[in-house]
Formats: sequence, C-alpha cells, structure tokens
Amino acid sequence: MSQTVQSSGDHNPDENRRDFLTLATTAVGVVGTGMALWPFVDSMNPSKDVLALASVEVNLSNIPVGQAIKVMWRGKPVFIRHRTEREINEAEEVALNELVDPQADDARVEKKEWLIVVGVCTHLGCIPMGTATGEARGDYDGWYCPCHGSHYDTSGRIRRGPAPKNLEVPTYTFLTDTSVRIG
Amino acid sequence: MSAPVWNNKVVKWVDDRLPIISMLHHSAYEYPTPKNLSYMWNFGSLAGFVLVTMILSGIFLVMNYTPHTSMAFESVERIMRDVNYGWLIRYIHMNGASMFFIAVFIHIFRGLYYGSYKAPREMLWWIGILILLAMMATAFMGYVLPWGQMSFWGATVITNLFSAFPVIGDPLVTWLWGGFSVDNPTLNRFFSLHYLMPFVILGLVVLHVWALHSVRSNNPTGVEIKTPQDSIPFHPYYTIKDLFGLGVFLIFFSAFVFFAPDFLGHPDNYIPANPLVTPPHIVPEWYFLPFYAILRSIDFTIFGIPAKLLGVLAMFASIVILFVIPWLDTSKVRSSKFRPVYKWFFWLFVIDTFVLGYCGAKAPDDYFMGIEGLKVIVMGQLSTLYYFVHFLVVMPLVGKLERPKPLPASISESVLKEGANA
Amino acid sequence: MRKFALTAMAAAFALTALAGTGAKAAGDAPVPPSQDWSWDGLFGTYDRAQLQRGFQVYKNVCAGCHSLRFIAFRNLQGIGFNEDQIKAIAADYEIEDGPNDDGDMFTRPGKPSDYFPSPFANEKAAAASNGGAIPPDLSLMNKARVAGPDYVFGLLTGYEEEAPEGFDLSEGKHYNHYFPGHQISMAPPLYDEAVEYTDGTPMTMEQHARDVVAFLNWTAQPELEARKSMGLKVILFLIVLTAMLYAVKRKIWRDVEH
Repeated sequence: MSQTVQSSGDHNPDENRRDFLTLATTAVGVVGTGMALWPFVDSMNPSKDVLALASVEVNLSNIPVGQAIKVMWRGKPVFIRHRTEREINEAEEVALNELVDPQADDARVEKKEWLIVVGVCTHLGCIPMGTATGEARGDYDGWYCPCHGSHYDTSGRIRRGPAPKNLEVPTYTFLTDTSVRIG
Repeated sequence: MSAPVWNNKVVKWVDDRLPIISMLHHSAYEYPTPKNLSYMWNFGSLAGFVLVTMILSGIFLVMNYTPHTSMAFESVERIMRDVNYGWLIRYIHMNGASMFFIAVFIHIFRGLYYGSYKAPREMLWWIGILILLAMMATAFMGYVLPWGQMSFWGATVITNLFSAFPVIGDPLVTWLWGGFSVDNPTLNRFFSLHYLMPFVILGLVVLHVWALHSVRSNNPTGVEIKTPQDSIPFHPYYTIKDLFGLGVFLIFFSAFVFFAPDFLGHPDNYIPANPLVTPPHIVPEWYFLPFYAILRSIDFTIFGIPAKLLGVLAMFASIVILFVIPWLDTSKVRSSKFRPVYKWFFWLFVIDTFVLGYCGAKAPDDYFMGIEGLKVIVMGQLSTLYYFVHFLVVMPLVGKLERPKPLPASISESVLKEGANA
Repeated sequence: MRKFALTAMAAAFALTALAGTGAKAAGDAPVPPSQDWSWDGLFGTYDRAQLQRGFQVYKNVCAGCHSLRFIAFRNLQGIGFNEDQIKAIAADYEIEDGPNDDGDMFTRPGKPSDYFPSPFANEKAAAASNGGAIPPDLSLMNKARVAGPDYVFGLLTGYEEEAPEGFDLSEGKHYNHYFPGHQISMAPPLYDEAVEYTDGTPMTMEQHARDVVAFLNWTAQPELEARKSMGLKVILFLIVLTAMLYAVKRKIWRDVEH
C-alpha cells in the first residue's frame, strides 16, 4: 500500500547495502506522501465561506446605560456593555500591578462608555454571567464565570480565579455613534 | 518459517505479549511468493491501496457533508468551492470509486485466466466475490449521497428492483425507502450504510489476505510452489514491484482527478434531485453497465415468471454464478496458458463483458455500434446468453474435452525455459 | 514490462471507450459543434477580461430570470475583481435579511459574503412568470450538460426566427437547433450590442455568447486553474518517483531469474 521503500531490516545481511538510489527513492517517496496528506489536514481549517462571515454589525441605540447585550460573532457571544460613569471610574482607577494580566482600561475600549469583549472565559471556554440584568456579576462588578469561579471587572479583566487572561477584545470599528461593526 | 528473533528490546517486549510483529513479518516480509508473478499480480495490492484512499478521502468528505435532502447537494458544492482542497478530496473520492473497480475487475479477470479460483483457493475466491458485492453496494449508496438527478433516479430504479419479488416485493421496497418514495429517510440510511460498508470491506480484505497466505499465491504457470527455488520472500521483491506498479497506477489516477474529473461521471448529477422529472437517459456508472445490460436483456416471460423478476434474477445470478465456478471448471490444469482451447473462450468472455457494458450504456432501441438492423437489446440478449453459457457450458465441457499443453515440472523450470527462449 | 504496458493501455482504452458510450447517450437534438475555449487542454486557463465581460452579460441579460445561487460576491475575486470593486458590485444588489429586532424581514445593500440573489422568490413564482417553465440555475450549467460549454454556446446562438416547414411550434415557444425537442421557452436572449463592452471587444451576439459561456464555465469550475496546475506538478513528481522505483526494482531483481 502506501508504505515507502523500507530498509531491508537487520536480519538479512545480504540486503544491508542501503545504496544511494534506494535512499533517494525513499526520501522522494516520504516527501510525496507527506505532501499528499497536507490537503486532508488543511481541509479541516476554516473554509472560505466561514472566513467570509467574520463580521457583524450591531445597533447600539437600544442599550440603556448600565446594561449589556450579547451578540453572536463567529459562533461565540460578544458582550457589549454600556458602562455607567461609576463603572468607567472603577475600571480606570485600578493600579496595573494589582492585575493578573496587566492592561490599562483605555487600551481595551475605543469609546469609554462602550466595553466590547468576547464573552468566553479564558480559562476553559464557558460563558461568564453578568450580562443580563440581575445576574451575578462577581466581586468586581463585571462578570462571574460559574464553571470555575473566575471574576472579571468592569473592563473585562481577570481579577480572581483560575482564568489566566483578560476577556479578549475583538477588532471592531464604530460606523456611527450608535452602530459598530465587529470583526 | 521459524519465528524470527528480535534484537530490539521494545520490539521483543511487544512481540512476546502480542505476536503482531512476527505476524506482520511472516505475511509482509518473508511470505514465500512464486518468483514468476507477472504485473497482472499487482492489482490486488492496488485495490487495497485504493480502498485505503477511499476511506481516507471519505472520512474527510463526511466532515463537510450534510445527509439531508435539503442540504446534501449544497453541502457537496460547498466542499467543491469553499472547503480548502475540497474539490481535490471529492474528485479523488469520485474517481477513486472507478479506480477501485478497474483494479478489482482486472484482478478478477486475472483470477479467471489463471484459474486462481480452483482448489485449494475456493475460500479465497469466495471472499473475493463477497468483496465485489460489498463494493457494489457501497458504490451504489455513495452515488446517491450528492443528491443530484442521477443519484435520485439511480436510487429509485435500483431499489425498485426489489419490487420484482412476488409478495414481499412491495413491502420490502417500502422498508428500504423508509417511506413511499426515495426521500430523506432513504438518504440518511444510505449515508449510514455507506460509511459502514468500507469497514466491512476492510474486514473481508483481511480474511482475503489471510486465506491467500494460507494457500499461497497462484502464478502464471498454475503450478504450485514445490521447492524453495520456486519462491522468493515477499520483501523486498514484491514490495518494490508493487510500489512501482502503484506509481504507474497513480499517474493514471491523477490524470483523471486533475484533468478529466467528471469524465467518468454523468452531467445530470450536477442537477439537483427533482422527484418530478426523470432524466431522459438513466445510465448507471460504467462499472455497473454490464450487469445493467443483463437486467435489461430479459424482456420476455418464461414459465409465467414475469420479465421484471427474471431480469433481476439474471442480474443477481451473473454474480452468484461466480461462487460455483470452482466446480464448473472441470479442467485439471489451472492456467489458461496451457489450455489452447479455453484460452480463446476466455478472451471471448472478456469481449462479451465489454459488449454488455456497451449495451448497458445505450438505449435498448438504438442500433448496436450503428449497425442497421442490429438493435442494442438483441445484442445485449446474445451477450447475456454467452455470459451464462461460458460458465455453465463452456467451462465444464472444454475442461473435459480439451488436451492441455504439457505443464512445466516446476516454477523454476518454467522460468529457466522462458529465459532461454527470450 | 512490454506486456504490462500493453495491458495498461488496453485497460485505459477499453475504459475510455466504455465511458464515452455513456456520455454520448444524447437526446434527439443535434450535437452542438465543438468550439475552442481558452481553458481547454492541459495548460488552458481562463481569460480574466473575457470572464468579466461574461459577468457583464450575465448581470445585464441572464440575471433577469436565472439565479446563480452557488456564487457569492466574494467569489468574483476569481474573475479578477479587487475587494473594493466587489464591495461596489455587492452594494448594487438588495439582499433580504432579518428578522430584525421587531421580527420583520428587511432588505439591505449586499455584502461580499452574500450570494447572488435569485430573481424570483421561489420556484412557483419563477414558473408563474415564465409560462410554467422554471429558468434553471446557471451556477453548474456547464457541468450539467453533455459537452457543457459547446452546448450552452450552441443553445444561445442556435435560434431560428421561423421553425422549419412542417414543425409544429407551440404557442409561446421558440425554435432552437440544439435544445432537446427544439421547442424552448426562453426567447432568444442575446443580440448584437445587447451589452456595452468598454474594452473594444466586438459586441456581436456571438461574442456575447462566447463570453457568458466562459463566465459560466468559471462558475461551474472555479477550481479549474488550481486543479490543472497542481495536476501538472503531481504528475511530474509521480513520473520521477515511478522512474526511481523502477530503477530500484531493477536493482533488487537483478539477481533473480524470473
């Protein structure tokens, strides 16, 4: 079948001559087999239609101050929080050396009142609570992941628990004051 | 064949507990093989290679295929257009089916020519026929999956074959369909079985190779291995010969995949299935054409058995008859090389299958090769007749009446003689 | 070796003959004459300018009735448009989307990831607007007919103003040489200067047909160029590898009388 030319093994002294021709043929065969397998491997990467759907537009005008929504982007939820003055201050006033994954708030937002983060816990991929009104928001007023107890602050940064990193900020652009394109 | 001694500690440790390495060593390395095998003996390993290729490409296709009537066609087009190298994988799978049948048909004709079915290789031959049957079922169900016009109508026509059986026919077809026509339940079960069958084939191939290794390979002389001089170890002699054959075969395979990927297919299968319109010419894939011709040839009634049922029985019989040829062939000699009369009948039979294939592709009322007055249906009937006469009359009679040429005393002797003549 | 080559050739030939007979089981219409296409042969490729002209013909003539449902605007990259051109082309189309927050469907300008919208809401609407005949989707047309490109070209250019003497043409049908049965519901779609070319290509009916067939061949086989160029490399590689394997085989078998 598709095995390449094998060396003659250790048992038959007559066939121990691994001459150049056999070696070269084996090498070419191995390389060819490897190249033939690549298309199969690559077929499991995102296909062209999946890559083409990588952006979504969101209308922000219906989100009152202090509330948040979830939208779907690339099959994952994105949290969009209309932050209150107090939440913005909380996020900005934290000293960077207190953070597990130090990052300033203004590096994580384009407009202060809008926090946009990918709603997937950086620990093992659960969806943190705290978006809908009344849900537990953890000890730092942001989000709380029920799976393993990670607490995120009002800038989506990890403050306590097993998660290693802050909630990811997707690339986005504001098309107008009240509409944003994610991706 | 003494058990080999393993120097490598890990190999030894494993082999002491599960002698799989010794087994592989026996069967793929030191297996004593006749030294006079021609290139006609390459097609077994080639068929094995194609089987692996089909399973591999199939597994990756399934990752993107949706077995639902509303999405099957679309998902196949998505594979062709959006999935990375999807077109390549699908074309390999599509053409691989044809390559599989090419390799297996040549393999079978080789067995017929050299009498490889004769004692003590009957079990080997039987398992081979079972593999052929499993392949036919797999290929048929696979062809349904893209849910094009030919998929749908092929499925409809072939499943309707079973309605020919009295009493149980109609309930049987309804059961096969899971409804009152070929529809989503049918597609789903065909998909399930199409994924299962290749592994059944793989299991049968293991049995086939097992049987082969216990009775040893036949060879062009049909004379068994008698002395150690008659055989050589499988590796490296036949591994390298098989690999060279594989290289040639892959060039042939690639020519289809890259330069004529739809040549062996049917354009109608690029039209989504439509239960309201039958394509004007329903033609099965080329590898079913001879059998299809046999089915269609029976347009008459015998002893009150309707033509429809007779046709179906004839088609099934054309394969089932292969099971009994070890006993229909009365010759004392295996290889047709030494059978001056039978040899001609063998080639007549080969031509007969091609004529059947041609007839299967044409409309019944067309003229055969444009010959005025000779209808395809008539030619199909004559060929069908010879197909069965060959096995039921020619094989037993010629075996008894013919005087075979003298056989060489051994494989080595025949090799030396041919070497001297060359 | 000689015997082997003969066997292989015989098998290949027989197979070709057999498959050929299947493919030629055509209808009762005459076989359309074979044309020269830029993508024919081992090295054939598409002509981007021709594909773009063909797209123009599709957009201005065919798209009124025929969908192109497997083609997204983003795919037009394959006929040589850049990202901005594609965005502009997409934005010209109204795409139905939704439901919005009120639960209603709405239309918006197209995006590159959208597919070409169908001219009819559904098959019934298509049939109702076309005297009962549903205009087929064109994405795969060139693959879905025997000798696809030649057939589509023959069909587009094969109209007769008058049916031949004695031919019973039904009301609302048109006579076409290459359509099976000769009676086709589609009125002759192309005429001289049906579409305005800007690159100086003659605007004859035949040229329009040739260009749109090229475009439809691309919609049916967008992978064609990648496939052929990969094929050449693969086969060259296999020839080298097979020659090497043959040399090794000769060497290993050198001392065996066989």
